[in-house]
Amino acid sequence: MRRTFPPLVHLLVTLAWLLVAMAMIFLYAPQEATMGEVQRIFYVHVSAAWTALLAYFLIFLGSVRYLWKRQPAADDFAYGSAEVGFVFCTGVLVTGPLWAKPVWGIWWTWDARLTLTFVLWLLFVAYLMLRSYVINPARSAVLGAVVGIIGFVDVPLDYMAIRWWRTQHPQPVIAGGEGSGLDPRMWVVLLVTWGAFLCLFSYLLRQYLRLAELRRGVAELQRERD
Amino acid sequence: MPTLRVVTTIFVKDLRVEWRHRETLVSMCVFGVLVVFLFNFAFEPAREETLRLLPGLLWIAFAFAGVLGFNRSFAAERENAGLEGIRLAPVEPGAIYLGKMLANLFFMAIAEVVVVFAASLWYNFSFLPSLGWFALTTFFCTLGYVGIGTTFAAVAANTRMREVMLPVLQFPVAVPVFIAGVEATTGALKGDPVGDYAGWIRLAAAFSVIFVVLSYLLFEYVLEE
Repeated sequence: MRRTFPPLVHLLVTLAWLLVAMAMIFLYAPQEATMGEVQRIFYVHVSAAWTALLAYFLIFLGSVRYLWKRQPAADDFAYGSAEVGFVFCTGVLVTGPLWAKPVWGIWWTWDARLTLTFVLWLLFVAYLMLRSYVINPARSAVLGAVVGIIGFVDVPLDYMAIRWWRTQHPQPVIAGGEGSGLDPRMWVVLLVTWGAFLCLFSYLLRQYLRLAELRRGVAELQRERD
Repeated sequence: MPTLRVVTTIFVKDLRVEWRHRETLVSMCVFGVLVVFLFNFAFEPAREETLRLLPGLLWIAFAFAGVLGFNRSFAAERENAGLEGIRLAPVEPGAIYLGKMLANLFFMAIAEVVVVFAASLWYNFSFLPSLGWFALTTFFCTLGYVGIGTTFAAVAANTRMREVMLPVLQFPVAVPVFIAGVEATTGALKGDPVGDYAGWIRLAAAFSVIFVVLSYLLFEYVLEE
């Protein structure tokens, strides 16, 4: 992987892709009929949300694999996904209110999907806090894996509870009911933006994995020296 | 040792320890009652508002009292390296979890009775007409809350700043039981037909089962050193 697709190339591809996505959001995507220009934040918002959800799933996969095989790399994968996913989740929470204020007239409402995103964000925070509060790295990895698995199982239950509780978020425009749907050009822009975000996500994650590997190497060398 | 004996042994041990120092239960009850007390100053509920505010008040009091108690249940084990002793015992880790969980459930139930009594007295509200459904609702929500709280308490006991760590882990995960608790309690106290809020009780029951089973399976990893 390192040889066939060096990090520098990965970074350049990411930057170029992000630029293309940005250009498409502002120049190619058609203007939304009722919401106007502000709707363009949708592409960033939804892409970030999908990426954060994916990161959450990756934490779960890494955690299960770590408990099963005890490979430090599996834990790095989970922890790196949490760190990067947290950034994307924060992005969702920042771009959402920016859109909501002009369209709904309020920054925030305790609607189902907003609440769930916030809960997801809190779960990221809990996971990252736990990891930094456990001193022994092996313990930290095991406990992190337990919390990662419990948190993942919790998300659908949270979703059900919060959805019954209340809903105001725009009904899913994608794969929603009748009358919902995106202009094909909007679809293209959304997918291009998501692709750029995934490229950025994978770049950051792989840099984290490399960093963790080097850190372990340093620790080992220190042990040998002592 | 058969699982059931491990469960009862741990359960009885926790009760005996509690009986000797009476710290956990007293702090849970006092703390719960204090929440009810402060709430009065925060909202000054008029008589007719009581029914709207009471379920939320009760669940906030339960949630905080619970976190306090769960923290103690493992902090006490750590003080004299009790956890190491438990870890060395050749028994199923899941059974240890069940014993601890049942002890916590028992303490929570007592604290809840005290809180409900205080709320009933100070807000002039009688729980008697809807006691059955209210108790059933509270039982399932508490079971879910304790089920996950016991596991997280064991996780948090490994960290620095465990007093902060437990609520940070517990509250977001326990959102479903909290919502279900408030909604079903509202329904029960209003005297609505059970069908209207049975969904919430079912959700709480499902949550409880899922999290007790999950904790039972994962507790082995929480205990290992």
